[in-house]
Amino acid sequence: MSYVAYADRDHEQEHHDPDTFITKYIWSQDHKVIAIQYGLTAIFVGLIALGLSAMMRLQLGFPDDFAMINPENYYQFITMHGMIMVIYLLTALFLGGFGNYLIPLMCGSRDMVFPFMNMLSYWVYLLSVIILLISFFVPGGSTGAGWTLYPPQSISPGTPGIDLGILLMLASLAVFIVAFTMGGLNYVTTVLQARCKGMTLMRMPLSVWGIFIATILGLLAFPALLVSAIMMLFDKTLMTSFFMPAVSSMGADPGYSGGSPILFQHLFWFFGHPEVYIVALPAFGIVSDLLSTHARKNIFGYRMMVWAIIAIGGLSFIVWAHHMYVSGMNPYFGFFFATTTLIIAVPTAIKVYNWVLTLWEGNIHLRVPMLFSIGFIFTFIHGGLTGLFLGNVTIDLPLSDTYFVVAHFHMVMGVSPVLVVFGAIYHWWPKITGKMYNETLGKWHFWMTFLGTYAIYLPMHYLGFAGVPRRYFAMGNTDFLPASAQDLNAAITISALFVAATQILFFINMIWSLKSGPKSDPNPWDATTLEWQTPDHPPKHGNWGHELPEVHRWAYDYSVPGYEDDFIPQNVGSEKAPAGRDHGGEH
Amino acid sequence: MEIGLITLAIILATLLGWLLKQTFNTQPWVAEQVSDTAHHGPFGDSSNTKLIGLTTLLAVVTSFFALILSAYALRMELGDWVPMTEPQLLWMNTLMLIVASGVFQWTRNAAANGQQGRLQPGLLITGVLTLGFVLGQYIAWQQLQSSGQFITSNPSNAFFYFLTGAHAVHILGGLYVWARATIKVVLGTGEAVTIRRSIELCTIYWHFLLVVWLVLFGLLLST
Repeated sequence: MSYVAYADRDHEQEHHDPDTFITKYIWSQDHKVIAIQYGLTAIFVGLIALGLSAMMRLQLGFPDDFAMINPENYYQFITMHGMIMVIYLLTALFLGGFGNYLIPLMCGSRDMVFPFMNMLSYWVYLLSVIILLISFFVPGGSTGAGWTLYPPQSISPGTPGIDLGILLMLASLAVFIVAFTMGGLNYVTTVLQARCKGMTLMRMPLSVWGIFIATILGLLAFPALLVSAIMMLFDKTLMTSFFMPAVSSMGADPGYSGGSPILFQHLFWFFGHPEVYIVALPAFGIVSDLLSTHARKNIFGYRMMVWAIIAIGGLSFIVWAHHMYVSGMNPYFGFFFATTTLIIAVPTAIKVYNWVLTLWEGNIHLRVPMLFSIGFIFTFIHGGLTGLFLGNVTIDLPLSDTYFVVAHFHMVMGVSPVLVVFGAIYHWWPKITGKMYNETLGKWHFWMTFLGTYAIYLPMHYLGFAGVPRRYFAMGNTDFLPASAQDLNAAITISALFVAATQILFFINMIWSLKSGPKSDPNPWDATTLEWQTPDHPPKHGNWGHELPEVHRWAYDYSVPGYEDDFIPQNVGSEKAPAGRDHGGEH
Repeated sequence: MEIGLITLAIILATLLGWLLKQTFNTQPWVAEQVSDTAHHGPFGDSSNTKLIGLTTLLAVVTSFFALILSAYALRMELGDWVPMTEPQLLWMNTLMLIVASGVFQWTRNAAANGQQGRLQPGLLITGVLTLGFVLGQYIAWQQLQSSGQFITSNPSNAFFYFLTGAHAVHILGGLYVWARATIKVVLGTGEAVTIRRSIELCTIYWHFLLVVWLVLFGLLLST
């Protein structure tokens, strides 16, 4: 049997366009529609989580002024805010949303290789979101165990939502993991099998590389969360003692014996740390493409960027216990994990240097996506540097339970990826909708968000140094804190509410653009990657009309000397345009 | 966590090796015609797309079981662990699963050689043996319970129920795909090529779950 690659077999396939409203927009198997479904759902739950953080900030900034926030609610808000933001918003949006939209278009494929499973992935994800949201309304409310769900407190009396709340949370996570696995199999297989002719792995845009490696991380790491969720379900419902130690609870013996809460922490963080990079790697990839496109310059050190993504992916599996320095684990572990944590800074720093060097002497266009990308470099450097502090055991021990940690991970994992999300939406919006948005409004949105988040998180570092404990509903016997800490907290709350409110600009802009925005060019940014070269704008079902594209060059031929335009699309042959950066690469 | 780490290291090393081979010594910035196979996946042929999907799924399942085993090894070191005696019936079940896997391989070979007549008996025997395995596991659970070894009796029991249960769920998932192929063969619908592909993929899945079971069984016996 002769080998025929996916793309080479394209002419044999018949392409059926979906013809009814339901097959086109509801039960759609088109990756672009699924991407939008994923994106809208993720943003919807993200807004709920944003609302929850506003409630927390109200209590922290103005303690006890708001009667509707009591300690139980507060812990439920913390838990749901964290869980939704990390998993149901960021993971779903980057992989389910951007992964779905970009992989087939950037690789020159007609669709994902398993479209039915792709559709199923979205609907199962929606189910997990619905289960999660139901938990707000059950008796006892949603779980208040913190997003890490540490036992024993997550299923012991005294914690909010230890009945239905925690059960629904664990069930929702299990369902989410099923959804993610179905999507993930698709993303990996599509990247491996369905690239168009000429699209070697090393010609793929970095966005695809980031999403590809992040998906592999997710596929291997989410099982750890699944295992811990199932075992916790057993501890809760069947009274096993996987994690639950012999405890006396409110004077009674619940019947557990000898389990290990640390075991849960190991399993949880074996998932939890790669999860950071499941979110970060797609952001790294996307931001690389945005910077290169809007600086009209090839990405600096493409191969290094690819290998850095791969190296970060590999290393992310051996740093998990740096989340557990205060757990009482063997101190020698701390030495090992501090070392690996600092090593991971090397490929990460390579990426940061390369982004900056891409900007160096570039023809920088400060359009909205570019502003968000440059903003990301700032917030990521700040968040990354505090990570080096916390990676060291001796520094982590005193800071671990303070606002320093909150500031660190919000900077590196909250603000940074969200800036990329906004940049990416502004960048691909014309392709997705065929409309342009208002540039001025976009710039206002950027500056208010960017400066506003600094107003929130920079002071939090000082609160952390001062010893303000995190997770507390109210400061109790904390006389060592100066009164000014409370003033700072109030200021942070005002900034947070301000930033949350300014997000309305984004939605106004997008809704206005959809209703009455001007039509966009098929390739408004003069970009090289394939998604901007589709025959229809926005791309239709099947993406490429009759003929699949053929790729002749990498994704970064910007400002090639001797060529009239400052960009050469990937599907332009070398007979029509110079052969890339080095005029044919003779060296 | 060593078991999880080692398994993961093997999976990642395989992947990295392939990726490095693809990416090393390339000059991505040079625009030129590349060979006609440059965009092919690791298994080349487009009809192997499902094989890649399955391989990826198997990596996920491997990670899942390796992590349970990591938890097993960590939990075992704690003071309250009492080793349990496995029911003798498990040997019988293991034998059934081995034979089922063998018959599936025989069926696969028959399909590859175009011996259509062998497909129906082969698939049916495999199905009966595999269902027998699942049923046998259930009876083993019953035996344990009647001898007073419940899931809460000891962490070793809890892990036994968890591991065997998780494995059985994966077998049932495989039986769903098996049933779809078998129905097509029995009713005589479906193209020969499609049926051959699903039998091939099912066979790989069966062998994989057999290996998983042998590892689990070996571990349960030795601890």
